[in-house]
Parts: sequence; C-alpha cells; structure tokens
Amino acid sequence: MAGITREEVAHLGKLARIELSAEELDHFAGQLDDIIGAVARVSEVAGEDVPPTSHPLPLTNVMRPDTVRPSLTPQEALSGAPAQEQQRFKVPQILGED
Amino acid sequence: MTDVIKLTAAETAARITNGDLTAEAVTEAHLARIDAVDEKVHAFLHVDREGALAQARAVDAQRAAGEPLGPLAGVPLALKDIFTTKGIPTTCGSKILEGWIPPYDATVTRKLKEAGVVILGKTNMDEFAMGSSTENSAYGPTGNPWDLTRIPGGSGGGSAAALASYQAPLAIGTDTGGSIRQPAAVTATVGVKPTYGGVSRYGMIAFSSSLDQGGPCARTVLDAALLHEVMAGHDPMDSTSIDAPVPAVVEAARSGNVKGMRIGVIKEFAGEGYQAGVVQRFTEAVELLRELGAQVVELSCPSFSYALPAYYLIAPSECSSNLARFDAMRYGLRAGDDGTRSAEEVTALTREAGFGPEVKRRIILGTYALSSGYYDAYYGSAQKVRTLITRDFQRAFEQVDVIVSPTTPTTAFPIGERTDDPMAMYLADLCTIPANLAGNAAMSLPCGLAPEDGLPVGLQIVAPALKDDRLYRVGAAVEAAFVTKWGHPLLEEAPQL
Repeated sequence: MAGITREEVAHLGKLARIELSAEELDHFAGQLDDIIGAVARVSEVAGEDVPPTSHPLPLTNVMRPDTVRPSLTPQEALSGAPAQEQQRFKVPQILGED
Repeated sequence: MTDVIKLTAAETAARITNGDLTAEAVTEAHLARIDAVDEKVHAFLHVDREGALAQARAVDAQRAAGEPLGPLAGVPLALKDIFTTKGIPTTCGSKILEGWIPPYDATVTRKLKEAGVVILGKTNMDEFAMGSSTENSAYGPTGNPWDLTRIPGGSGGGSAAALASYQAPLAIGTDTGGSIRQPAAVTATVGVKPTYGGVSRYGMIAFSSSLDQGGPCARTVLDAALLHEVMAGHDPMDSTSIDAPVPAVVEAARSGNVKGMRIGVIKEFAGEGYQAGVVQRFTEAVELLRELGAQVVELSCPSFSYALPAYYLIAPSECSSNLARFDAMRYGLRAGDDGTRSAEEVTALTREAGFGPEVKRRIILGTYALSSGYYDAYYGSAQKVRTLITRDFQRAFEQVDVIVSPTTPTTAFPIGERTDDPMAMYLADLCTIPANLAGNAAMSLPCGLAPEDGLPVGLQIVAPALKDDRLYRVGAAVEAAFVTKWGHPLLEEAPQL
C-alpha cells in the first residue's frame, strides 16, 4: 500500500473542512502513515465471497405516523447558535461577493 | 456519616426506602466527598450541586408522601459528559462544545431522572470518546485513584475514577471499542457494554454509530445490573434500538452461578503485548471458574487478530461523517468569523480551533479510508473483517455460553506515556474491540492486582447479543468467590486519597 504524504494530508484536511497548520501537517503525515501501515492488512484476510457488515443489527426503516407533537421552541432551537437574527441561524456568507 | 459514600447503590437505596437515610443526606455526603478529593482526581467536568440536591429532596418528598420508590431512587450517579442534559453544560470533552447548554435530555438522562437517580454532575472523558486514557480531554486528564500519576482508562476515565474514589456509587459510560470496560479494568470497578441496541443512543453524542453503546458502571455486579435495568429498553427515538424486553439482568445478578456452564478461552487473546501479571491473574480467574463448576473450553477465533485494524478503519470512517455536524453554524464554537470569510472558511477555522489532535487524526484517517480509490481496500475490507469476526463469535457461542479474557493487555500506564504514539494507545483496546464489532454484550470486573505493580486487572466476560443476563450470572459468581478469597472487595486495597 502506498504511504500517506504531507500533500495528501493537506488535501484530506480540505475535504474534512479542518484547517491544518504546517506543524500539524508534518506531524500527522508521519503518524497517519504508521497507522495506515498497521491497519492495511485488513485487505489480506477476507475473500471475494465474504459479504461486508456495516452494522451489527439488520436495519430496517422505522416509521411512525406523521402527526404533530411537541418539539423544541424556536427559542430553544436557537439557544446554542453562535449568531442569530430574526429567529434564524445567522451564518457567514455562503456565496462569493460577485 | 463518612461510611455513606462506601455503601453500594443497592444498600443506599434500601436505606433510603426504609427511612434509615435521606436522599438529601446521601447526596450531601457525596458532594462533600467531591469537594474533598476531586481537585486531585479530576473526575468531574461539571458538578450540578443544586440540581442534585433538588432531585434528592424530591425523592425524600415522594417517600414522605407514601409513594413507592424505584430500586435506585435517591442514589447519586456520575454521568459521562457525552449524554445531553437539559440546562446543564455538555462538552463531550471538547472545546468545540465549551459552554453549550443542551435544550433537551438524552433518553438515558430522562430515564435516570424518572427513576429518581440523583445526577451529581458530568464526568471527564477523551474528546468525543476517542481514546483509552482520558488524556485526550480538552479539559485536562483524570488521575487513576490507585495512582494519580497513571491513567484511569478511557474514554470513560472520569466515570470510572468517580466510582473508584467513592465520589459516586454509580456512573454511566459509553463503549465504542472498550470505553466502559477498559476504565473499569484499570480502576477495579465493574463496567458493562450492553448488547448493541439495548440502550438508547438518543442524545448520546455520536462517535461511531454502528459501535457506540451506553452502559452501566458501578462498584458491584448487582449495582451495575440495577442501573442496567433502569437505563435500558426500547426507544422509538433511536431507530437502532432493539424492540425486545430487557434481559433479566437483576435476577441474574442475584443468582450468580456458573455450575455446568461452558466458558470459552480464546487462544488469540494472549501472547506478545500481554503483561505477565495480567496473564497470571486471568489464568487464576479461569482456574476459579473451574473450581466453581464451570467447564472451560479452549477456542480459536482466528479473525480476532484483524479486529484492531478493522476497528481503526470503521470507527474513524463513521466519526468523519458524524462529526461533520460540528460546522459552527447552529451550536458550539464559531471561530474566525470576521465578516470577510466565507462559511466554509469559518467552518475549517472553527474545527482547527475546536478539535484536539486525536479527533483531527481520526477524522482525517476516516476521510482517507472513505475516499474514492481507497474505499474498497480500507473501509470495504474492514467491513468484511467485521463479518468474519461475527462468524467467529457465532461458531464460538455454539460451543460455549460465555467467553472470558483479560479486559486489557496491561495495567494502567503512566499519564503521558502513550500520548504521542497513537498505535501504542490503540493496543489498550485489543481484547474489547471484537465485542463492539459483533454487537455482543460484555462486562469487565476486577480479578486481582498484578504482582509486579500492584495495579488492578480486569476480567472480561462476553455473551451473545441479547444474552446480557449471562454476564451478570457469571460476574456475580466470580465476584462473590473473589471477595470471599480476598476477604473484602478489591477496591478496599486502593490507597487513601
């Protein structure tokens, strides 16, 4: 298996929306390389015929009647918001200036 | 009155019910203990003095009014800071949730309140339950009451340390790869990971949703069973909650017996990395089971040696998805919002500032394992290993009723020893992870002190899914035999704080 480079860590940080400092990139690249090296052997053991397990229980959709029931008030729902305006979550710009 | 803190939960509840003690006095005694020792231990992140006393007084009023009390009414409890508590800070050990006050209770929190259990406060933990030492908490480490320079296990180190230092007779943890059992093992307390789906995950902050399971922590097997019964059961708010009756765990804990039971010892849980004193105490525990009338069967589960690598792909993959919710928009920290930056930049800066190194490491590892080109080799292969491990367990449980092993390969290591060596840290979960991958029930209870360092060793018992009662039947028998042999519970040998 290929190792994991500093550039890859930077790219992964971008995908995961985590800004990473130069020191973190150096540090994580080495550590992630060690971890990947140690866990890569999972691909050696199971044959083509082994089905994957994503969950310990057989999952089925759980449905309930679509009826009105008590829920959080707008005030409660907004109580942890970093910023709010007119009973809404206030967020930084999501579109560019132009 | 100082003895009140040493009572079991069962004794405490009985004495409150018969009027020998008031719930308020019991709560006061524990709050005083917290004041006296928690500066040294650091088990709690938040103590809810007023809320605890109000709950205790409500129980006393209920009794005075002649209303029936539940089996744990008035008993104090330490709640892991991963469960939401309405109006009480919940941080999950992270800076990203510093100061967050949840607007709702987790189902577990609600059930505790309804049962009259007194929630003393919220306990320290590895950030988002990622770790085996509680050193990854953004709020500083917790000390092991047996030796404050050593780790109390993790991620639920605060809950285990609170029990072992008599700050609470009951606690609650969550177990994704061993976070209830490993802290129990290294503090000489009892911890149970129920069958996956046995306890509601609603309001329990998600780390790895297919593995996470809340469970009871206590100083005795019976106390764990009493708490198990209060917190477990079907919950329509959790789509993975099992719609089946709670196994009869209290009855099992009251009738401990292993006569005629078949008990499996897994060959693969031994060898390199296992401390000599841990192996010795485990071997003696197996011998004890034989003396008590159990039939011991040696088994092989060859795929278990791939459990740790599979776990460290599956759990990070799920966490990278789960922790995407911490986006700085609806709750929690927001950093770098100076009016010029985009929402995406603010999210990235917030996550840089709010997450600690282990959480970042795991999110990046999970993002890698799930990325196109690597998905089949890593996440896909790990899911297949999960199938093989489940099959190994199924085969084993055709031959035996429960499996036993050491809970963790070594006793408590010194704080700081493994913080910058993730792979060394991950080895602490070697024996506990397979049960999470398969969704089985498992318990850790004390089985002695390692001769070389005088620190506690845990015995792990694993039962098939939905057979949680077997843990308690075996655990109660082992506990009774050990206490007779030692002349007292193991925790009595812990140094005075």
